[in-house]
Amino acid sequence: MARIIAGVGSSHVPAIGAALDNGKTEEPYWKRVFSGFEKSKQWMAQAKPDVAIVVYNDHASAFSVEMIPTFALGCAAEFPPADEGWGPRPVPVVKGHPALAAHIAQSVILDEFDLTIVNKMEVDHGLTVPMNLLFGQPKDAWPCPVIPLAVNVVMYPPPTGHRCYMLGKAIRKAVESYPEDLNVVIFGTGGLSHQISGPRAGLINSKWDKSFLDNLTRDPKKLTRIPHIEYMREAGAEGIEMVMWLIMRGALDDKVDEVYRFYTVPASNTAVGHIILENRRKAAGKSRSAGKARAAGKSRQAAARKSTQRIASKGTR
Amino acid sequence: MARTPQDYDDIPGTFVFDAERSREGYGINMFCMSLMKDENRKAFRANEAEYLKRFKLTPEQIDAILKRDYNRMLELGGNIYFTAKLGATDGHSFQHLAAVMTGSSQQDYAAMMLGGGRSVEGNRSRSGKDKPARSKSKSKSSAKKSSAKRK
Repeated sequence: MARIIAGVGSSHVPAIGAALDNGKTEEPYWKRVFSGFEKSKQWMAQAKPDVAIVVYNDHASAFSVEMIPTFALGCAAEFPPADEGWGPRPVPVVKGHPALAAHIAQSVILDEFDLTIVNKMEVDHGLTVPMNLLFGQPKDAWPCPVIPLAVNVVMYPPPTGHRCYMLGKAIRKAVESYPEDLNVVIFGTGGLSHQISGPRAGLINSKWDKSFLDNLTRDPKKLTRIPHIEYMREAGAEGIEMVMWLIMRGALDDKVDEVYRFYTVPASNTAVGHIILENRRKAAGKSRSAGKARAAGKSRQAAARKSTQRIASKGTR
Repeated sequence: MARTPQDYDDIPGTFVFDAERSREGYGINMFCMSLMKDENRKAFRANEAEYLKRFKLTPEQIDAILKRDYNRMLELGGNIYFTAKLGATDGHSFQHLAAVMTGSSQQDYAAMMLGGGRSVEGNRSRSGKDKPARSKSKSKSSAKKSSAKRK
């Protein structure tokens, strides 16, 4: 049986990708950002997921205004990096997991989530930047297959936080009914507070971000009740993309262990937020007797937990 | 036809790209999307007004594009991820556009971001509901009130 072992929340600021691609990671401005992901990369190297589901949004790359699907699940065998105006990012082609993706599509549609199926799609920085932050910069191939889930957060209204959270639950159910023994990590990306449009551009709200992260771990149901206007008013017009983190959270146990957190302001125009939440193993869905057989996996998890330490909010203010 | 008033019209300095603006600004965004191709960028640079005839645009939208009035483009249905492509075609960084939209110099804008960004204090509401949203139901009902007022 496949199972979701952990959730990762991460901003997907395009300038982070540009800094990586142009070798600027050692500059003090960028070092401040990248240093926050060093432990995350160690954690990911130890977690070694078999598949990653990456919830993200497209930024006028694969989808223009001709088609605006609310939820689009990537079911293709591969997803080439998109040309966002400076040539495609020099990152490996993202390999999909068509069998699991098709299984998820079938399961969640019957659970009344009307997904769009995408069999041909390029992926932009929204997906590849968080992958870099967690998997580093592999030359030839990403370490695991990826199922992209593109969410419309560009045209208002995006799906509600509650809808996102419930979709996460449906995805979890789908994953757990897949027969192959796979460890899955789910990413929620975007945010945190930022506004990049109009005279109010540059808005950052660290207090609101911190409360969002706190509740993401402790009381996600509270977050599902935040109306869209509050996201836009408090976290910026583009900060509304934080609803995508609730898909990730919905796919996890009600009670999770927060094993890592990082927060810094700014990267370009955006507050950078990052969190790693682990499911508690006994809730992974297998019977307790199976626990011993997974002892190796368990100690791997424990080691990962030890090697990461929670870093409290570490912003510039 | 006038825009239907929305609760989020109360957020200052913000043009929410909603379904109505998406409809209205389809031509602007398709024009911007076309600039992803080098041949189109060349054609646009050679004769901007002529190139714009390829798209269904209102005179106001054409004027905003030719003047690079980015806030007006947003107001008329442009979306920032699309209009940024026009900025890139002009050789501008995104920060330059952000500075233009906020009416500040790029240097000042960059300094503001380094200093932690624009504070939300004093920037939440046009109608003076300048308090952090605490109770969800409260903020909802007051938002309703403010849109009713404008009607």
